[in-house]
Amino acid sequence: MDQALIIEWVIKAVILLLFGLTGFAYLTLYERRALARIQVRIGPNRAGPWGLLQPVADGIKLIFNQELIPATADKVLFVLAPIITVLPALIIWAVIPWGRQVMIGGREINLYLADVSVGVLYLTAVTSIAVYGIVIAGWSSNNKYAMLGGLRASAQMVSYELALGLSLIGPILMAGSMSLVDIVEAQKGIWFVLPQFLAFIIFLLAGLAEINRAPFDMPEAEQELVAGYHSEYSGMKFALFFMAEYIKMIAIAAIAATLFLGGYRLPFIDIPAAFEPLVLFIKILILLFGMIWVRATLPRFRYDRLMAFGWKVLLPLALANVFFTAVILVLKG
Amino acid sequence: MVQLQEVTFDELKHLVSDRALTGETMLLNMGPQHPSTHGVLRLMLELDGEIIVNCVPDIGFLHTGVEKNMEAKRYEQAEVMTDRLDYLNTIGNNLAYCLAVEKLVELDVPPRAQVIRVILAELQRIASHLIWLGTQSLDLAAMSMFLYCFREREIILDIFESVSGQRMMTTYIRPGGIWRDVSGEFVQLVQDFLEYFPKRIEQYEGLLTKNPLFIDRVKGIGVISAEEAIAQGFTGPSLRGSGVAYDNRKVRPYSGYEEYDFEVPTATGGDVFARYRVRMDEFWQSLRIIEQGLKKLKELDGAPVRSSNHKFVPPPRSEIGTSMEALIHHFKLWTEGFNAPKGYVYVPVASPRGELGVYLESDGSNKPYRIHWRTPSFVHLQALPFLSKGHLIADLVAIIGSVDIVLGDSDR
Repeated sequence: MDQALIIEWVIKAVILLLFGLTGFAYLTLYERRALARIQVRIGPNRAGPWGLLQPVADGIKLIFNQELIPATADKVLFVLAPIITVLPALIIWAVIPWGRQVMIGGREINLYLADVSVGVLYLTAVTSIAVYGIVIAGWSSNNKYAMLGGLRASAQMVSYELALGLSLIGPILMAGSMSLVDIVEAQKGIWFVLPQFLAFIIFLLAGLAEINRAPFDMPEAEQELVAGYHSEYSGMKFALFFMAEYIKMIAIAAIAATLFLGGYRLPFIDIPAAFEPLVLFIKILILLFGMIWVRATLPRFRYDRLMAFGWKVLLPLALANVFFTAVILVLKG
Repeated sequence: MVQLQEVTFDELKHLVSDRALTGETMLLNMGPQHPSTHGVLRLMLELDGEIIVNCVPDIGFLHTGVEKNMEAKRYEQAEVMTDRLDYLNTIGNNLAYCLAVEKLVELDVPPRAQVIRVILAELQRIASHLIWLGTQSLDLAAMSMFLYCFREREIILDIFESVSGQRMMTTYIRPGGIWRDVSGEFVQLVQDFLEYFPKRIEQYEGLLTKNPLFIDRVKGIGVISAEEAIAQGFTGPSLRGSGVAYDNRKVRPYSGYEEYDFEVPTATGGDVFARYRVRMDEFWQSLRIIEQGLKKLKELDGAPVRSSNHKFVPPPRSEIGTSMEALIHHFKLWTEGFNAPKGYVYVPVASPRGELGVYLESDGSNKPYRIHWRTPSFVHLQALPFLSKGHLIADLVAIIGSVDIVLGDSDR
């Protein structure tokens, strides 16, 4: 393998990681400011212009926080849990395409880290690892609230994984490929959100549940379980959980944009490849705003309702969607 | 001296089921530091999975000894403590206490003061219900509602500040009337609120009543029948949610409530939703009362707001310089207060939470011999085990919100 390629990969990986980490930091600010607007507040605006340094201040504060490990906790698992949670959130980014190719210094560079032929499978595989982190966190804390949160999380994430996975099959069938780049290219004419509207909705709902966002934030339901699985965490370990949740928020938005909203493409017109990441970025911002809006407005689901909704509504709908998509595609030839 | 005795394990065993002792069910300590226990309520939960087998409320974490403290203060001094009981219903507490003192010493209240009392009490009812609505929604994670409710409550607190100089601890209502006449802008402020608030109620209804997620969380939760509610001592909106139209403003009118045209909203179902419905409808009734009150207030413009019985009510400052009698009254009241005749009274009023009763006993001196507050939060708390049995933790949170407890009200 030629050396330049390896260097290119390393550079791209570092850029993606940096994007994930700064993206997380600024998503917290974005969320706080957007929530504040909705809730007739102002939000953090003291640190730096428009509060732009607030994430930095938060980060510094969390780094210097005392790291408490409960005396009765299982120390190895307790430390391991945040790591297990945050890693999948970061490696999801490897397969998400930000554009096609750009020429830099006479070298053709792909605007994605890897075009895996089973990209969608990779996504589902990686996202489902995170549940281990949360369950382990809940268990190892040796705290009843944390354990309840961990139990809720495992049940919820496993149930919604099914609907999530099935909702991805629609775009796969339409594109005839599991590669995310191929799926985006297949949306040249029409975005999959129109023919696959049901799958899109199911994906968003199951995605919200998968990343434990409101209204599916049962595992950390503040009003019931104080903070759920991360009750006992402080300092950077807590920050890692936080990071995982927010990076996954961005990831879910990116996947939804890629699979259903044409990814880095605008409809009908071709734009220079250098601007394509910007298009995807704007789509992600819009989807993220949707998530924040939902959080500001909706009450939380009840745990048993959530399970019933996942198994009795989302799963059959997703199955039906797969079935009808397949039938129609076959009939069309 | 009384020896404090340690409570032994055996004495507490009956609170939970046998399964808890074998470890089959889980004991969970909820509170006193918990986001949804509305202050410092501690609940001992016995859980089977997430289903509540037993719920044991443990109160007293906010015990301030207000009742006992009041016995050491003169009648007019003790009133300051009433603000600190139910801190969401300060005007209502003032009113209840003053009504009790007035009944004890047989003091008359001028009509204008009556009207102002009613207007303020109803504003306080709205403010208290707003906090209930906000916290109830917040407990169900509809977080924006909380801030919207506080935005509206702010207007009411501003009105309180304009009349009394204080936002919460007003001590504005005094035995024999009110502290001083309302400020000039009072009528306009209340009028503005009357115009502004109905639109907001409709917005709340849109955000909550028309939201299937919210309805799903509150319908059929914490059901209590009318008989059971009466047996548990429910009053106020919590009782009316079970379909019993009992309201002290109608049953034993005070402060001239009998002259106002309003209804007592009820709902059937006895669940969290019914209690929600009743309080939402009470917003409208309170607005109606305030509107009528403003009309009366205009007719009574310039009328006195304090009783002219200067044995109990300080004379106006302007008289002190010219009238020897006024000076004597002033001196007597400020040095030793007034002596109440021997006897006792009980005055129940309709606080936003239910029946707030003041039992006042006098031994003929200038301090209350015994004062007892029959507070709705305390009574409603005892129904928590009954209401929450068999529900999930998430429902318990909704139930606590729906009986609208204030721990300052419960732990005196």
